[in-house]
Amino acid sequence: MLESRADSSPFWQPHDPEDEHLAEQVEHGREEHLLLDPLPPAENNAIVLESMNKTGKAFWMAVLGLGGLTLAFLATWIVQIFSGIGVTGLNRSVMWGPYIANLIYFIGIGHAGTFISAALRLLRMDFKRPIARAAELITLFGLAVAALFPIIHVGRIWKLFYMMPIPNQRELWPNFRSALFWDMTAITTYIIGSTLFMYLALLPDLAMARDHSTGWRRKIYRALALGWRGTEGEWHKMESTSNILSYVIIPVMFSVHTGVSWNLAMSIQPGWHSTVFGPFFVAGALFSGVAAVILVMIVIRKTMRFGYFLREEHFNAMGLFLLIMSFTWIYFYFAEWITNWYGNLPMEKAIQRMLTGDLAPLFYLMLFANIVVPVGTLWSRRVRTSLPAMFVICVFIQIGMYIERVVIVSGFLSRNELPFNWVNYTPHLPEVLITIGTFGFLALMYLLATRVVPIIPLWEVYEGQAMQATRRIGRAILPTRTESH
Amino acid sequence: MADNTTEHKWTMIVDLDKCTGCQACVVACSAENNIPTPSEDEILRGRGNQWIRIERYWEGEYPNVKARFLPVFCQQCGNAPCEPVCPVYASYHSEQENLNVQVYNRCVGTRYCGNNCPYRVRIFNYFAPHFDEPLEQQLNPDVTVRSPGVMEKCTFCIQRIRRGRETANAENRPLEDGEVVPACVQACPADALVFGDKYDENSRVAQMVPNERQFKLLEHMGTEPAVYYLKGGETHVGE
Repeated sequence: MLESRADSSPFWQPHDPEDEHLAEQVEHGREEHLLLDPLPPAENNAIVLESMNKTGKAFWMAVLGLGGLTLAFLATWIVQIFSGIGVTGLNRSVMWGPYIANLIYFIGIGHAGTFISAALRLLRMDFKRPIARAAELITLFGLAVAALFPIIHVGRIWKLFYMMPIPNQRELWPNFRSALFWDMTAITTYIIGSTLFMYLALLPDLAMARDHSTGWRRKIYRALALGWRGTEGEWHKMESTSNILSYVIIPVMFSVHTGVSWNLAMSIQPGWHSTVFGPFFVAGALFSGVAAVILVMIVIRKTMRFGYFLREEHFNAMGLFLLIMSFTWIYFYFAEWITNWYGNLPMEKAIQRMLTGDLAPLFYLMLFANIVVPVGTLWSRRVRTSLPAMFVICVFIQIGMYIERVVIVSGFLSRNELPFNWVNYTPHLPEVLITIGTFGFLALMYLLATRVVPIIPLWEVYEGQAMQATRRIGRAILPTRTESH
Repeated sequence: MADNTTEHKWTMIVDLDKCTGCQACVVACSAENNIPTPSEDEILRGRGNQWIRIERYWEGEYPNVKARFLPVFCQQCGNAPCEPVCPVYASYHSEQENLNVQVYNRCVGTRYCGNNCPYRVRIFNYFAPHFDEPLEQQLNPDVTVRSPGVMEKCTFCIQRIRRGRETANAENRPLEDGEVVPACVQACPADALVFGDKYDENSRVAQMVPNERQFKLLEHMGTEPAVYYLKGGETHVGE
C-alpha cells in the first residue's frame, strides 16, 4: 500500500526544468518543506529502522546514568515506605509537598502530546505529521510517571485500593464528592484513551518494522502489529477511529488538568480557592508540554539523525505555538494575581508578602523563565529555528513551570488562616532524590522506547507528501494541498 | 429503658478569660489519647502532634506586651471542610454524636483533610508512634495506637462519651450533664473548659451558650464549629 502510493503519485514534478527561476523555487521548496521533499519509501524506512537499531557507546552510557537515577528513586521510595512519610520535610501545615507538585508537572508534560496529535490532526495542521509520535510518547510516559506520585505521596500505600471503586461485601465505596476521586478517574481515562490513540496510529509503522526486521524484533513487531496488512478497509477503519478518538480525547485532556487543579481549587486554602485554576492549569500544562516536546525533538534530531524529518519549519511552528502558550499563561497568571491583589484579603496579602519575601528568588526566577525568556526571544524566526537557542529556552520554561507548581502547592500551604500555623517548608533529601530520580526514570523509559517504537510516524509523512502538490501561478510556484478526508 | 440513643450535640466552651496557658490540657490529652511525645527535632520541623495546642499571640510592642492564649483543638464542625474531600470516607460526620470522626482503619493518608482544615488541627502520623520508657506502660486501652500514615485529631474523647452512655444505659437512666468529661476539661485547673450536650436544655453549656462574650473561631468560613470561645478581658484574638 505504502509502496504503491509513493510510486504511483508523482506528487512533485518540476514544472519547467529549463526555467532557472522556477527551478530555484522548486529547490527552495524542497529544502524548506518536508512534505514537498519526498524520498523513496525504502530510504525513509531505512532512516527510521537504522536509528532504532543503533545503540552506540553514548546510548549505553545514558542508559547507565538514567538507570542509576531510577535506582536511586526506587531505593529512596522503599526507605520512605518503611520509615514513614516523616523522612520528607513535610510538616503540620504543609501536608502536600513536591510530590503533588510533581504530579501536576508531569501531567502537564503529558498534555502537549495528545494536543499536538489530536487537535492539530482535526485542524489539519501539516507540521505536526513527523512530530506526533514523539509527542504522544511523552504523554504516555509523562502520565505513567505522574500516576506514580499519588502512590508515592499517600501515607499508607498498602491501603491505596480503598480509593478505587471495587465492589466489596461491606458496600464501602469511595467518596464521589472528593476532588481526588475525580482526578483519579480523569487520569485513568486519559491514560487509557491516549494509549489507545497512540497505539492505533502506530499499527502501520509497526507493520512496516515487522516487514523489515529479523530476529527478536520481528517477533515483537509481529505480535504488536496485530496482523496489519494495509488493506483499504483497514486504513479506512483506522482513519475513522482515529478521528473519533481525536474528538473524544481533547475534552478528556482538558478534564485531566482541570481535575488536577480542582484538587487545589476545591479546597478552602487561601490562594488555592480560585475559579481561574482550571483553565490556568490547562494553559500551564500546554506551555510546559510544548516546551518538553521541543526538547525531545531537538534531542532525537541530534542523536538519531532525523535531520530529514525534523526541519526548521517544524521548530519554527512549534516555537510559535510555544510563544502563544506563553502569552496565554501570562494572561491567566496576571488575571489570577490582579484579582487577589485588588481584593486585598488578609490571607491573600500574606501569600503575596511571602512570594515577594521568603520565596522571592524562586518567584522572580519563575517570572523570568516563563515570561522574559520566551516572550523576549521567540518573536524572532532566527531564534525559533536555532536548535541551541530553543534548547536553552525550553529548559528555562521547564524550570519556570516546575517552580510555579512547587510554589503553588508547598508555598501557599505555608500560609493559612491562623498565623500561629505558618510553618515554612524546606525540602529534605528524599523528596529531592525521588524528584530527580523520576526525571531520570521518564528519560530512561523514553530512551528505551526510541529503540523499539518507530519514533517518526512514517505513514503520516507519506500521507502528507501524497496530498501535497505545487501549483504554478504565473512566475511563482506555490504549495497546495489536496483535500481528501 | 432510658433512651440514650437520641442525638447529642457535644459542645465545648473555652473561656479565654480564665485560660492561663498552663498546658495541663495538652498533657492530659496526650495521656488519655495515647499521643506520643514529639522530640525537639520534630517540633522544630513544625510537626507538633498534640491534639490541643495553646496558640500564644503577643499583643502590643515591647515592653508593653501582653501574651494571649488561645487553645485550639478540633472544632467538630457542623459543616466540616475535611469531610467532603476525603476520597475514602475516613473523615465523616457521626449523626448520633454530631461529631466529626476519623476512621483510622479506613485512612490511606492522602492528607487532603489536613490541607482543607482552616484550623490546622488534623495531625498526620509521620512515623510509627514511639513512647519513651516507661510511657508505653500507661497506654489507654480504650484508644487505638495509630499506625504510621494515618490522620488523627481531637475526638472530644469519644471513648468517654461512649462509656458514659453505656453506663447510663446499663443503669437504665438518662445520661446526666457533667457525667461525660473529656480529659482536657477534667485537667483544666482554671475551669476554662466546659463540656456538655447542647441539645440537653438543662446542661451547663446550653445555658452558657447565648453569651455576649461568645465567638467562634474563623466564623466567617461557615464551618459551624461546636466549640464556643468566650472573649477574655481586652483580648482581641480571633476577631
